[in-house]
Amino acid sequence: MSWRLSHDGLREVLMVMMVAMLLLLPMVGLRTVDSSSGLGIDLHIAAVFWAVLLIGLGKKSLVAARENIPVIAYPAACVMLLSGFLAPLPTGFLEFFALAGGFICLTNAILMTLRGGRPISKNSFGEGMDVVATKIQAATPQVAWVMFAIVVALPFVFPDRYVLDVSILILTYIMLGWGLNIIVGLAGLLDLGYVAFYAVGAYSYALLAINFDLSFWVCLPLAGILAAFGGLLLGFPVLRLRGDYFAIVTLGFGEIIRVVLINWYQVTGGPDGINSVPRPSFFGLAEFTRRPSGDLPAFHEMFGLDYSSIHRIIFLYYLILVLALVVNFLSVRLRKMPIGRAWEAMREDEIACKSLGLNRTNLKLMAFMISATFGGFAGAFFATKQGFISPESFTFIESAIILAIVVLGGMGSQLGIVIATLLVIGLPEIFRDLELYRMLTFGIGMVLVMVWRPRGLLAVREPSIRLHGLHGKGAKS
Amino acid sequence: MTTPLLHVEQLTMKFGGLTAVDAVSFTAERHDITAIIGPNGAGKTTLFNCLTGFYRPTSGALTLTHDLGEYLLERMEGHQIAHQARVARTFQNIRLFEGMTVLENLLVAQHHKLMRASSFLIGGIFKLPSYRHAEEEAVMLATKWLEEVGMADKADWLAGNLPYGDQRRLEIARAMCTDPRMLCLDEPAAGLNPRESAELNQLIKNIRDQHGCGVLLIEHDMSVVMNISDHVVVLDYGKKIAEGTADEVRNNPDVIRAYLGDDEEEEA
Ligand SMILES: Nc1ncnc2c1ncn2[C@@H]1O[C@H](COP(=O)(O)OP(=O)(O)O)[C@@H](O)[C@H]1O
Ligand SMILES: [Mg+2]
Repeated sequence: MSWRLSHDGLREVLMVMMVAMLLLLPMVGLRTVDSSSGLGIDLHIAAVFWAVLLIGLGKKSLVAARENIPVIAYPAACVMLLSGFLAPLPTGFLEFFALAGGFICLTNAILMTLRGGRPISKNSFGEGMDVVATKIQAATPQVAWVMFAIVVALPFVFPDRYVLDVSILILTYIMLGWGLNIIVGLAGLLDLGYVAFYAVGAYSYALLAINFDLSFWVCLPLAGILAAFGGLLLGFPVLRLRGDYFAIVTLGFGEIIRVVLINWYQVTGGPDGINSVPRPSFFGLAEFTRRPSGDLPAFHEMFGLDYSSIHRIIFLYYLILVLALVVNFLSVRLRKMPIGRAWEAMREDEIACKSLGLNRTNLKLMAFMISATFGGFAGAFFATKQGFISPESFTFIESAIILAIVVLGGMGSQLGIVIATLLVIGLPEIFRDLELYRMLTFGIGMVLVMVWRPRGLLAVREPSIRLHGLHGKGAKS
Repeated sequence: MTTPLLHVEQLTMKFGGLTAVDAVSFTAERHDITAIIGPNGAGKTTLFNCLTGFYRPTSGALTLTHDLGEYLLERMEGHQIAHQARVARTFQNIRLFEGMTVLENLLVAQHHKLMRASSFLIGGIFKLPSYRHAEEEAVMLATKWLEEVGMADKADWLAGNLPYGDQRRLEIARAMCTDPRMLCLDEPAAGLNPRESAELNQLIKNIRDQHGCGVLLIEHDMSVVMNISDHVVVLDYGKKIAEGTADEVRNNPDVIRAYLGDDEEEEA
């Protein structure tokens, strides 16, 4: 076993440091500042120095791991990691960079040791991940029950406003992900404007509840129906389009809805949005207020509890949980029904579908309407939870995030969407302290997933029906 | 005299300046295997695409008559032709739902029946007995066809993982699951070895004899079809150059010229 990097390895490390220096000098080293005489330039040589040093360390660790020299790989990675914690680095970003880089290098070194120095090729990595994904997929029922238990118990274990708020947010996105999954994952249509249905649901609820004084439980189905109608409206013009064209028209639809919301001032309140959207009552039996204003009693009095604002949050939490579970139940069923199989068949080969007598127009419309209904439910919930809605909540970025969740989860996998939502919504929420770097890490994470698992995290498709049972002959192959 | 299953009259299909099918007329009988042969590029696949609604013919009439009624195919949409007129087809370059299992492929073919049984959604969502029963029956029909094509043990395979010969046969089984009155096979023997090819001929004969389904068979290699077809139509450059029994066609000088002139290597 050698103690030193090979010549080529050393050259590689130096090259990387050189390139880093050339790139970072203008990008990091020179910074414009306001000065009394106009725009001035500050030199940040220290930042460049540290960055290049860290990059060099990281590369050295990677090369050492590749050449199977753990004595170099581990210390280099550890120094990098430690410097993130201890060293007085000039900027917060460098600290984060050192931490993340050190972590990656250390993982890489450990993996390399475990594999006895055999390098990890992208293929073997992919296969390894496939095996893991298949195992997770196969354990879905068990995982689902465990998750269910945790989720049901959560408000009692952590009756904490922040935890519940984040959980409600995550559950909303899971629900949206499951809804969009019908269009994208099953029917294979790239919808970039899903937020439109979400918006229709939210505004339908708000307007119906305010103008007609209807209760949440009446408005919820109405919001779903109106959103489905929106799906139908969008469905007709885009039916004949395919691929990119389809995606662009749906993108446009999402924007149109938003622009209408902004400009239809008399009805939607324009950019100011709608204030004081009615809160849901406890099934029309009680209100969640300290002193009930209407005829309904207060929730805490009804159950002989002390008043606490958390009651309403817990109620909302269970509300979205039930809504999400209903959507999950329906999606799982739909997938195993003739219509679900037809959607998947359409995703696989539209021409073959036509030759079998499948009416693609109707199938797509159905997918749109059902998916839109679910989006509408989520929208109604959003409106009642926030108590205030405005067009700003329904921008393209929302569509993009929901789509990212579906794609990241592995198109068509219910559990995959849950995991992806935890990653996409939950992680950034937990790492709120990193502030700016949050979006950066999010971007890096997405790129990495697309490089390593281009078909999503859990991209193993479970057949909708089996003839020979789960372990039937030839089921794999 | 009864009306034939399929009556093609003066069918013409033009692509810009190219006339791929040129005023072709012929009839196909209910209990016959009608072969359409001709060298590469003769317009056979284009003729099928017109019949099955993938292309709208430039002119001509296509009339299909069977126990369910009379259908003017040139006026119908592709999915109606499959669903109402009961014309099923396979493709020259196989088109299976590769990411789905063999059984799922066969169930998609029975979509309309199952959709009706699932009361369009409600019955399926709540797993009503009528729907469960219909699904069991659909699986039984699928199993029956899998046995017929000799793939009973592969129901849970992914269609894309099947060997080539199995994929060809699965496509035929899938077409048959739509309960067709006419089956159009586009070069089903292409790429098969002689043993598989012989099995395929047997399968096609069974379909004709036991399922009351007329078969329209495209083949560009003449020798393959000679012993199973009841009636042969020969196309060349979009025109019908001969028609008759296999023997009549084989000895027709125009046919010999078409094949020897343009496609020598095929006969070798
Ligand atoms: N969609 C199309 N557009 C233009 N030309 C076509 C099209 N489909 C087929 N053709 C032309 O029509 C002729 C007949 O093709 P085809 O029917 O595929 O022949 P084959 O008898 O080998 O199946 C060929 O010259 C082909 O190039
Ligand atoms: Mg052809």
